[in-house]
Amino acid sequence: MTAPYWEAVIGIECHVELKTVSKMFCGCPNEFGGEPNTKVCPVCLALPGALPVPNAMAIEYMLRAGLAFGATIPPHSKFDRKNYFYPDMPKNYQISQFDMPLTQGGVVRYWLEDGTRGECRLTRIHLEEDTGKSTHASADGRLAGATSSLIDFNRAGVPLMECVGEPDIRSADEAVAFLETLARTFRELGVSDVKMEEGSLRCDANVSIRKRGATELGTKAEIKNMNSFRSVRRAIASEIARQIEVVEGGGRVIQETRGWDEAAGVTHSQRSKEEAHDYRYFPDPDLVPIDVTADVVERVRATLTETPYERYARYVDTLGVDSKRATQLVDDAALAAWFDRAVAASDGKAQAVVAFVLGDLARLANESGTPLAAGKVTPEALAELVALTSSSAINSKAAKQIVETLWSEGGSAKAIVEREGLAQVSDRGAVEAIVDEVLAANPKVVADYKAGKTNVMGFLTGAVMKASRGKANPSLAQELLKEKLAAR
Amino acid sequence: MDPLKDSARAIARDVNARTTSAAEVAEALIPHVERVDAQLGAYLELTPGLMRERARAVDARVAAGEQLPLAGVPVAIKDNMCLMGTRTTAGSKILETFVAPYTATAVQRLLDAGALPIGKTNLDEFAMGSSGENSALGLTRNPYDLDRVPGGSSAGSASAVGGFEATLSLGSDTGGSIREPAAFCNVVGFKPTYGRVSRYGLIAFASSLDQIGPFARSVEDAALVYDVIAGKDPLDATSVDREVEPAAGALREDLRGVRVGVVKEFGLGDLDAASRAVYEAAYADLVRLGAELVDVTLPTAEYGLATYYLIAPAECSSNLARFDGVRYGLRVDGADVGEMYERTRAAGFGPEVKRRILIGTYALSSGYYDAYYLKAQKARTRIAEDFARAFERCDVIVSPAASSPAFRFNAKSDPVTMYLMDYYTIPGSLAGLPSLSVPCGAALPEDGTRPMPMGLQMTTPLFTERALLGYAHAYERATMHAEKLTPIVILSPPPVIPSPTTVILSLSKDDQR
Ligand SMILES: [Zn+2]
Repeated sequence: MTAPYWEAVIGIECHVELKTVSKMFCGCPNEFGGEPNTKVCPVCLALPGALPVPNAMAIEYMLRAGLAFGATIPPHSKFDRKNYFYPDMPKNYQISQFDMPLTQGGVVRYWLEDGTRGECRLTRIHLEEDTGKSTHASADGRLAGATSSLIDFNRAGVPLMECVGEPDIRSADEAVAFLETLARTFRELGVSDVKMEEGSLRCDANVSIRKRGATELGTKAEIKNMNSFRSVRRAIASEIARQIEVVEGGGRVIQETRGWDEAAGVTHSQRSKEEAHDYRYFPDPDLVPIDVTADVVERVRATLTETPYERYARYVDTLGVDSKRATQLVDDAALAAWFDRAVAASDGKAQAVVAFVLGDLARLANESGTPLAAGKVTPEALAELVALTSSSAINSKAAKQIVETLWSEGGSAKAIVEREGLAQVSDRGAVEAIVDEVLAANPKVVADYKAGKTNVMGFLTGAVMKASRGKANPSLAQELLKEKLAAR
Repeated sequence: MDPLKDSARAIARDVNARTTSAAEVAEALIPHVERVDAQLGAYLELTPGLMRERARAVDARVAAGEQLPLAGVPVAIKDNMCLMGTRTTAGSKILETFVAPYTATAVQRLLDAGALPIGKTNLDEFAMGSSGENSALGLTRNPYDLDRVPGGSSAGSASAVGGFEATLSLGSDTGGSIREPAAFCNVVGFKPTYGRVSRYGLIAFASSLDQIGPFARSVEDAALVYDVIAGKDPLDATSVDREVEPAAGALREDLRGVRVGVVKEFGLGDLDAASRAVYEAAYADLVRLGAELVDVTLPTAEYGLATYYLIAPAECSSNLARFDGVRYGLRVDGADVGEMYERTRAAGFGPEVKRRILIGTYALSSGYYDAYYLKAQKARTRIAEDFARAFERCDVIVSPAASSPAFRFNAKSDPVTMYLMDYYTIPGSLAGLPSLSVPCGAALPEDGTRPMPMGLQMTTPLFTERALLGYAHAYERATMHAEKLTPIVILSPPPVIPSPTTVILSLSKDDQR
């Protein structure tokens, strides 16, 4: 939708709730939902005299998140107060980080559905606390005609990391790909569930347009209230289109906050920059500065493994898996790990392994509700099966049967082949005898064939397979059938 | 034994020895306090039910063989500290009806040590003030002259101990709120090093300065409380994880070899003649006890007041934002939430609190932050460095605890004049140092009819509480100034003698109990 003349410049800021056991500054459970105001204490309700104590696990999660994207961990960090009045913010200030965030810099590398790749630099990731949630209600308790607000503080004080991206993104699709990579990575690091529908990932986008090739930035609008990846894509696309229309119509884009209206499919103005807050940031005197030693950084770094992007790139670049299937694997870390073991056991036959993993095995897992990695099939058994298939020791029909058996019983593919007598019969003489039998038993079909109805070949092949109880090598059977029919 | 007059140490000893019981102490105190407080107004709320309940618990624990450092000792709690089930108002209309659902760590430690809570004491609203007059909820009088202020902000806690309505009390000190009223009320007031005592449950005024400490009628009793309340608290991130050397029972009796720093910038020239004479005599007594006086300088101390009145209001402007009518306390409804905030805070806060919120909001505003708040923080660092340099030459710094003895009600209507009362206490607060005021005599104010008590401030390096208490103890035992004055509210032994129907005035400063 971007006219060739225009280029969009997009910067994403997103808030991600950390999956710690307790809240950021108190011992209340960090859990989604529950009866309103049941997961609260003097600290997260900001009762007089209550004091915050930082959650060390949240700080460690921040380091993991930052290091996974190659961020720098400064040796000194601190918490600041961001002062503004809002009813669902108990202290009327939010403990956040202003000028000394826990992580600085880093790069998010991402890929799009079509396999193209991109990257977006991170400005910083900082740690803060979530607010409560307001519900507006009328006297009869309904939302319509609301005259009062109800506040649930269960979420107040949940640790929140704010990831601030540089304006490196150029399209709505890239924005979504960037967010998906963040989400995959945080999920795999175990730092967040990243469920947009539960609000554990919330994102804002700064969008501006400029003439293609220009270096200066245009005036940006900040879009809020996007509740799903789909709405991120639609909202950004719609905002880009709106800005192009404004500018091409001779107007100017003004700096403002715009809300995304999911139903109407448009953004609308919420407040302009003139109404912006002075947050009066200052270092929180209730909290001591955070020192992160090099030892701690190295200890956390040592726990990091391959990131989803790195895995994707390996599957595509090294194993030759196509982008779509690589994405499917990457999206399920346990499945990917299982896949990696099977590939290793099968001497690198990634194509054959992925066909089973995302084919029959995925279907069986789906039907049974048991993930592959938790089931009875071992990567080694699949590797055996792959070896049997590629050496033509069994045919594909037998392979299917073996997969079913492995799924329900486990064990070794070879053992099943032997036990069930599924080895493919490739002995010419043996198959020839069966072919002769089938031709003799079906004179009418043979006549049809001779009369030019070559499509009966399928029937005849099937009959040979049936007579061999599925064991005949199907291509050998076809070859012999053709030979014999031609000779008649 | 007389639980109204005895030291905390004596009461605890007797209760632990079971020669008396906590219940007896409570029964002696309750009617006495009810009677005396009608004149002093030290308490905002008395908690006789809780006191009796705790007394029973203490007696049961002692009967079971426990020895408790504060067994059966009656204590008063400044009403900016939470005590579960009691109103905790901070002396403000905005919290007039707030009942604390939890207990502050320092208070809990006192209770665990066997103390009996008498009640919650009056204070300048949110601990902002130097006379007690800023309380929105009551007037507290000086036990040595009912027409004079008890000092502030820990007005009731000082008055209660000075007036024998409590054996001990807890106060909080941000810029002098323990030391100044202690001087005014003839008691020991001790502010430990910042971070020594947990602030959890203390309603914050200025978080980087606030520190809880005891009032007592002797240094040894103050040390007893310190030993109980000091130490790391996992609920306060700024509380310091550092071993606390028990101070009580290990206090020195002389000052031989101690270098006492007299600060050039804290000269006595600004004091009136009578006050000056008191401090000159005090310094001479220190020398008599073996100390060597050393001249030291704190060149940046003169910026203390200005620095303090940027940092403390800045922090308070943020700390007091939570009082918004949404979750607890006063709410005055409005057309929308913004108007509700405005009306609630307009009605709930008094003028001094509003003044400081405005100053602090301004100091933190974008464009002014560097010029005010950041510069004040730099000045604060310089002041701390000055102290560190001074302590290379001396072991303890002495000065007056307040700029004058207790003044009459309404004598200081100009806020800046009132702020000057804390001229001597504020620099030590900014540096986070342990500091106390110990009674050092009395002077007859120009507008007065009887001598008013005065306090000698002693300040030592960070985390040297035991040494500080030792110096004060040596001075106190050698001079016994506190015992030369009798509060105007005469003590009546319970319960056989009918209580007096009129207040009997003390006779003279020679009157000995
Ligand atoms: Zn909580």
